[in-house]
Amino acid sequence: MSPDSGSVALQGETSRMFEYAPAPESRSVVDIAPSYGLFIDGSFVPASPSGGVFKTVNPASEEVLAEVASAGVEDVDLAVAAARRAFGPWSALPGAERAKYLFRIARIIQERSRELAVLESLDNGKPIKESRDVDLPLVAAHFFYYAGWADKLAYAGYGQNPRPLGVAAQVIPWNFPLLMLAWKIAPALAAGNTVVLKPAETTPLSALFFADICRQADLPPGVVNIITGAGETGRALVEHPGVDKVAFTGSTEVGRQIAGSVAGTRKRLTLELGGKAANIVFDDAPIDQAVEGIVNGIFFNQGHVCCAGSRLLVQESAYDEVLTALKRRMATLRVGDPLDKNTDIGAINSAAQLSRIHELSEIGDSEGAQRWSPQCELPAQGYWFAPTIFTGVTQAHRIAREEIFGPVLSVLTFRTPDEAIEKANNTPYGLSAGVWTEKGSLILAMADRLRAGVVWANTFNKFDPTSPFGGYKESGYGREGGRHGLEAYLA
Amino acid sequence: MTATATSRLPDVSGSAFNLRSFLHGLPGVDKVGVEARAAALGTRSVKTTAKAAAIDLAIRMVDLTTLEGADTPGKVRALSAKALRPDPADPSCPSVAAVCVYPAMVPVAAEVLAGSGVHLASVATAFPSGQAPLEVKLADTRDAVAGGADEIDMVISRGAFLSGRYDHVYDEIVAVKQACGSAHLKVILETGELGTYDNVRRASWLAMLAGADFIKTSTGKVPVAATLPVTLVMLEAVRDFRAQTGRQIGVKPAGGIRTTKDAIKYLVLINETVGSDWLDPDWFRFGASSLLNDLLMQRTKLATGHYAGPDYFTLD
Amino acid sequence: MPESTSPTKATRAAKAARSRTVPAAKAAKVVSARAGAAAPAKAGRKAKTAVEAPATTTVAPVAPAGRLAVRKTYKLFIGGAFPRSESGRTYLVDGDNAALASRKDARDAVVAARKAQAKWGAATAYNRGQVLYRIAEMIEARRGEFIALGVPSAEVDAAVDRWVWYAGWSDKIAQVHGGANPVAGPFFNISAPEPTGVVGVVSPASFLGLVSVIAPAIVTGNTVVVLSPAPQAAVTLAEVLATSDLPGGVVNILTGRPAETAPWLASHDDVNALDLTGVADPALAADLERAAAGSLKRVIRPPAGTPDFTADPGLRPMTALLETKTVWHPKGF
Repeated sequence: MSPDSGSVALQGETSRMFEYAPAPESRSVVDIAPSYGLFIDGSFVPASPSGGVFKTVNPASEEVLAEVASAGVEDVDLAVAAARRAFGPWSALPGAERAKYLFRIARIIQERSRELAVLESLDNGKPIKESRDVDLPLVAAHFFYYAGWADKLAYAGYGQNPRPLGVAAQVIPWNFPLLMLAWKIAPALAAGNTVVLKPAETTPLSALFFADICRQADLPPGVVNIITGAGETGRALVEHPGVDKVAFTGSTEVGRQIAGSVAGTRKRLTLELGGKAANIVFDDAPIDQAVEGIVNGIFFNQGHVCCAGSRLLVQESAYDEVLTALKRRMATLRVGDPLDKNTDIGAINSAAQLSRIHELSEIGDSEGAQRWSPQCELPAQGYWFAPTIFTGVTQAHRIAREEIFGPVLSVLTFRTPDEAIEKANNTPYGLSAGVWTEKGSLILAMADRLRAGVVWANTFNKFDPTSPFGGYKESGYGREGGRHGLEAYLA
Repeated sequence: MTATATSRLPDVSGSAFNLRSFLHGLPGVDKVGVEARAAALGTRSVKTTAKAAAIDLAIRMVDLTTLEGADTPGKVRALSAKALRPDPADPSCPSVAAVCVYPAMVPVAAEVLAGSGVHLASVATAFPSGQAPLEVKLADTRDAVAGGADEIDMVISRGAFLSGRYDHVYDEIVAVKQACGSAHLKVILETGELGTYDNVRRASWLAMLAGADFIKTSTGKVPVAATLPVTLVMLEAVRDFRAQTGRQIGVKPAGGIRTTKDAIKYLVLINETVGSDWLDPDWFRFGASSLLNDLLMQRTKLATGHYAGPDYFTLD
Repeated sequence: MPESTSPTKATRAAKAARSRTVPAAKAAKVVSARAGAAAPAKAGRKAKTAVEAPATTTVAPVAPAGRLAVRKTYKLFIGGAFPRSESGRTYLVDGDNAALASRKDARDAVVAARKAQAKWGAATAYNRGQVLYRIAEMIEARRGEFIALGVPSAEVDAAVDRWVWYAGWSDKIAQVHGGANPVAGPFFNISAPEPTGVVGVVSPASFLGLVSVIAPAIVTGNTVVVLSPAPQAAVTLAEVLATSDLPGGVVNILTGRPAETAPWLASHDDVNALDLTGVADPALAADLERAAAGSLKRVIRPPAGTPDFTADPGLRPMTALLETKTVWHPKGF
């Protein structure tokens, strides 16, 4: 792994590579039941005849983790009705009382965070170090943050007498199951709404565990309802006439359908959709940290990140240096068992997502881009994809335009700041962007001109409950997080 | 040794301007980024067989150090004996890399270590402040080498560095290197006094350009000694220097490394930054004293399956 | 300029009566327009050119003998210019021929709005505030003209005041709607609003309504393509805008039938937001919103009841057309 080391004469005995022994996190901290019902009105209930059941698997092993109820239209009716019944009393509670429920939930999440982290890694395939060090701390922090808003809404800047909207229908993706749940539920409840939330079909478990946490916190029945199922369940939920608010995180394509489906209604809508973020590296960047930022930008969470820095724009004068360093760094990435504490890249979430990544990568090949991956052994069972970069990519390549949602980086070049801006903005998306340079005025000018909801300068993929997140253009509308996140749930 | 080293680098020795231009042209270091990277590597979990191998490697990398005004021949003899046989009860326990003492103590240590393969390092050049005339520093160095030291740990003139007189620092290192003769030169940057990671990177390159065989973080005599991110920056510097020149330079964090857990974090840092070429006592050292007993305790725990207490390990 | 006393109601009679206070040519035009209103389009146009004396019994002053009134042609306002509809179509409104904007006019207006947006959005907030205040000055100066068109004087006053109100927001909205975020780490983190881009607007017919949809959109740096069902006041406003240091293309006004042109704006991929405040037909509003979903435009739906444009608008008309950008940077040395 040492470049240009031909002339080095090693002295003394030759040392061997330092191999870490397996360091698996214990699975025994989490107890997954063989089957789960829907969480409606404070109880777990089986799906109605209009629904069914489906299995959720561990993408790292294809092992079935549990059988989960699939909510049909009647179940959606029941859940919305429960949320409607709960709305009156919940919204009438003094904000300070609602706050205490949320604080309580935050505390329980902290107490059960190891269990939830292991569960999340099992169901999602993400490395335990990420579910443990990123997802769960942010989940708890999010509830803490919005808990504190519940009795301060009049100070949020949305009028002196802000009112909740009513019943919120919330549909979330599989890439950060519990974190996306927190982003949806915490502000909704703080503002006095009640919710019906549908987690993604491939990652329903942590939301069901969250339902249990709601019970543990003595949250009044119906304030939070969790209904599991696939796209049809989600459609029934967002199209239900009894909901006042729809919040969706997921693909731009589904976002479009939802935006169309709420047309002509009084439902409020916020959408957090896809992205194709440019991560722009200037030749005066702090190169070692920029390389970390590139790696974090695209390989964090297997690249299953809507704000992933999936387009690397490198200034031509630093191209060789950056690419050499990037490849060297990628060679140290550890792909494998999500529960191993030393795993950097876990499993692709589903067979369907894996085939989409394969398909777009093959398009990259056929369009003439050069594919490179470090040597890495992928497990035989489960869904895996090696960290990959494509060089020689131009704006005309599909892999530079379409969201791959996997550990695949397209590398493009630029010569001047203007060219970087033009290329970065040349996309219907506008969720995030990265800029790497040591020159302050360049950062500020770039940040001004990048059409993206989040600009990370000399860092990437940073999240915080106080920091608004959301997109421009086809990356959706509305913000989650911060004071701005309340606006989506207040009239 | 340095004759061909700078073939792919600009000639910086001739002018203060060139030297300054070069050092200030190095890529910057982002503090938050480098600290986050070091912290992330610090979460690696090294268990069982990997841990056993790491402990033995770490023992072999220790520069067992005593640098006290109260040092006496008796203390240095005891330390040197410990260096040779860290765990008298276990012959499989390796020796440390070197003993590190003040120049006055060099002959005492040399007597114990002679022929053992354990190196003898001495801090010279008006350690720890470096605030002495060059002639004094050179004499200090020559004395230590003459007394039997085969490694010299010099301090740079931080005052000169911080006031931008890079050529002065450079010239001093060149002179000391010459005074070392065949002894290896470790250049102490005293990173705790340099103020920024950018300065750590510049000082690393300055020392390497001037002929250092090793770059070392600290004297252990100022409040901030070795840290993971500082060592990461220095490892990146030796990695990049080798890529440019073909010359491999060693790295020695010193001060503040007290536990096995700490030491293993440094090994992980090497492993994932510069690679296995540096996972060797010839290229990486720990300047430490109390670290050794913690490594021995952990080693025994792995071997016996139960915890031991300090009384079961020899005093330095 | 015109007196500032407020006539009581905007009846046609009052309109004619007030026309005494405006220049003679203008008054003559107003009168003849009334004459034409009753006639078929062609006849009306002919009447305008042929009839020199008032065709009614009102006492409006007439042009001096032999002095033919010079009438205003109501054209579109695109990119700072006043072109006719590319379709060549006009339609009769209160006796005036107004341009009947087409799909291609909408397309051209979007191009003009897009072209103007980057510079307008990058103008200093202070500069935008000055321009908006200038618009208020210009309306004040022409208030008689609006009154002559039938806009109640109280509404003209309210419109002037609304521009002044929004002018003041230009350099405050970022402070009220943005801010520093205390993230849990060594990072500088700040959120600031930015214009969403090009906004398609279906304007209400009233003058205050028109001002109340344009001003909040442009004060923050958006550019707009406005579809107005009330050509005379809208084009007169365009004349105000054209003389207020507002860069060409920031506001583009298309007159005609919004139901015909709005779908083209709603489905246009280079339009970032759609304001449906002026859409009265719920079915049309739903269709437009559905079309807007194609490129995920931000949509301002029609108000639930009859909108009261005299009420305090609050921040929503501005914030609905803003994007929040959050910038992170590490802190350290």
